[in-house]
Amino acid sequence: MPAVALSTLAPGEVAVIVAIHTEEPLHQRLLAMGFRTGKQIELIRRARFSGPLQVRIGTTDILLRRNEAAKISVRRP
Amino acid sequence: MKRIALLGMPNTGKSTLFNRMTGAAARVGNWPGITVELLAGKILLGSDMIEIVDLPGIYDLHGFSEDEQVVRHFLHDNVPDLALIVLNATQIERQLSLLLQLKQLNLNMVVLLNMADEAKKFGITIDTAKMTEALGIPIFLLSAKYGNGYHEAMQAITRALRYTTPGMAENLRDQLKPDEQMESEMARVLQHSVQVPARLPDNLTSQLDHVMLHPWLGLPIFFGIMYLLFQGIFFFGQPLQGAVNELFGWLRDAAVEPLLSGLPAALQGLLLDGVYNGIATVTAFVPLIVLFFLFMAIVEDTGYLSRAAFLMDALMAKMGLDGRSFVMLLMGFGCNVPALMGTRVMRSRSLRLLTMLVIPFSLCSARLQVFVFITAALFSPKAAPLVLFSLYLFSFASAILTALLFKRRLPNNEPFVLELPPYRFPTMRQMVLRGWHEVYHFIHRAAKFIVAGVVLVWLLTHLPPSAAPASADTWAGIIGAWLHPLFEPIGITPELTIALIFGFVAKEIVIGSLAVIYGLGGDALSHALAQQLDWVQAYSFMLFTLIYTPCLSTIATLRSESKRTSFMWFSIAWSLVLAWAVSFLFYQGARMLGY
Repeated sequence: MPAVALSTLAPGEVAVIVAIHTEEPLHQRLLAMGFRTGKQIELIRRARFSGPLQVRIGTTDILLRRNEAAKISVRRP
Repeated sequence: MKRIALLGMPNTGKSTLFNRMTGAAARVGNWPGITVELLAGKILLGSDMIEIVDLPGIYDLHGFSEDEQVVRHFLHDNVPDLALIVLNATQIERQLSLLLQLKQLNLNMVVLLNMADEAKKFGITIDTAKMTEALGIPIFLLSAKYGNGYHEAMQAITRALRYTTPGMAENLRDQLKPDEQMESEMARVLQHSVQVPARLPDNLTSQLDHVMLHPWLGLPIFFGIMYLLFQGIFFFGQPLQGAVNELFGWLRDAAVEPLLSGLPAALQGLLLDGVYNGIATVTAFVPLIVLFFLFMAIVEDTGYLSRAAFLMDALMAKMGLDGRSFVMLLMGFGCNVPALMGTRVMRSRSLRLLTMLVIPFSLCSARLQVFVFITAALFSPKAAPLVLFSLYLFSFASAILTALLFKRRLPNNEPFVLELPPYRFPTMRQMVLRGWHEVYHFIHRAAKFIVAGVVLVWLLTHLPPSAAPASADTWAGIIGAWLHPLFEPIGITPELTIALIFGFVAKEIVIGSLAVIYGLGGDALSHALAQQLDWVQAYSFMLFTLIYTPCLSTIATLRSESKRTSFMWFSIAWSLVLAWAVSFLFYQGARMLGY
């Protein structure tokens, strides 16, 4: 399966993080939030009107905007 | 005195622990090397007085955010005798990274895995003995909210304080190991001591979110909750504020006035209508602030504030704000002062400043009093509600315009990555302490400023002594006449200009000041206004009142919260410019259309 952007997942879909292509400050923050390559990530829901996404990594639920999620590549299992 | 620094990620219950340790004794203070104020408290531990400092929550020591720099500078310039690290036990898997970073600083540390009760519910088991062994740091489970494990933790802290802390390297950031090395160490520690179930049970939070964040129901529910909060502050706040005012009025008649009766009339007026009324103005805000933060504590501690951010972000992002700004903006419709204080939840400084620039345009309850009086005097009962509604629209429009204009000047550099904590019950103790801290903060920071402002306006409207109070011969009247060329194109008469100078102190006193200016009260004042003004002038006056600086307390809060006097002046100047421009466009436009 080819890698896709996290922002393209549908609610309920689970994938594995392949790469994170963000600038340094955001990258640091994502690392601390538990975004690491090889980690499983689930897209819980998408806000209306192109709003943010709710994702779950391990026991943490996180909100992030779509343009930021577009910079995270994931692979569906 | 020995010092403990409280460190941890955001949402770990660090402040709850701090409150449990220090109670209501905590005070904000300044520290060498950093510009922000931190909450600190002194407590008796064993036989020694110990100072505890609550550092801002940080995700990692490398970070570039303001909070992360504050923590680095604090640790560098004020090496604590003990670093108390608070981690969220339910997120131990990822929060361990911060602990491993801190461990490299050779600090004297005790680690508390907080929210142990929640971790247990999730089915997460943590073997603290094994973890202590793997890391060489004392580690304890704790529920700071309910107090389980608190006693053991305090004993461990007392023990750890007997040894002093080794020094700190010159440059903290360079000292940290690369991330890869950290990751393998994390895996090593976690492997033997922590078990997390592969899939979390579908808990209450997921079920609640299913409704609260529903694609179609989410927003209506959000507005419903906001409406209730707003009404709640209004419903309970107004009578409380009224009661405080009555109490001060009674005290004035019964005690203060007789006490000052021997003094010359001018000095008596200054002390009574200047100083005493200033103190009364400050005090009248106390019930509102307590109430606001009681409600805010509920919204925040239950975890709903992050949900509001999720729901409103799509709209607010376009204005350079986020969902939390919107909540504060709405709360501002009750009272701007606590709403400004509430922006502290936003950790990005520019986002906070932009939100603080926008909040004063919220049509607060004090302005509503003015508008209700004037619409009743000049508009038919049928038109009055529409007029009021249109003013609310102008209020929103001013806020949106301001955000759009200044979002580039105050670009939000903090990435929007927010944790969505599970729903939690706030405890009474937490809410009361929060309210108390905020009131203390407000009185401490804003009281002198507000009293000075009230005295100044009293002087302007009562000097020189030969002039009748608030008349055209007073300094305020002279300023009013001097400003007349500026106010004439927007239809505002010299009398109304003096009322606007009063309104600078508080909108509550605008109608009262008109009564003094005209020498008439109640219905007689309404008639006088209706005779002297037409509806275009009255509406222009209301627009100006809506948009220009809300009150001295708001200005004082803007100054104390932004810690920049220049920001305060900017906010005042911008609101005056915008108020004049909007009133001008309306007044001249209406006149051109023949009204």
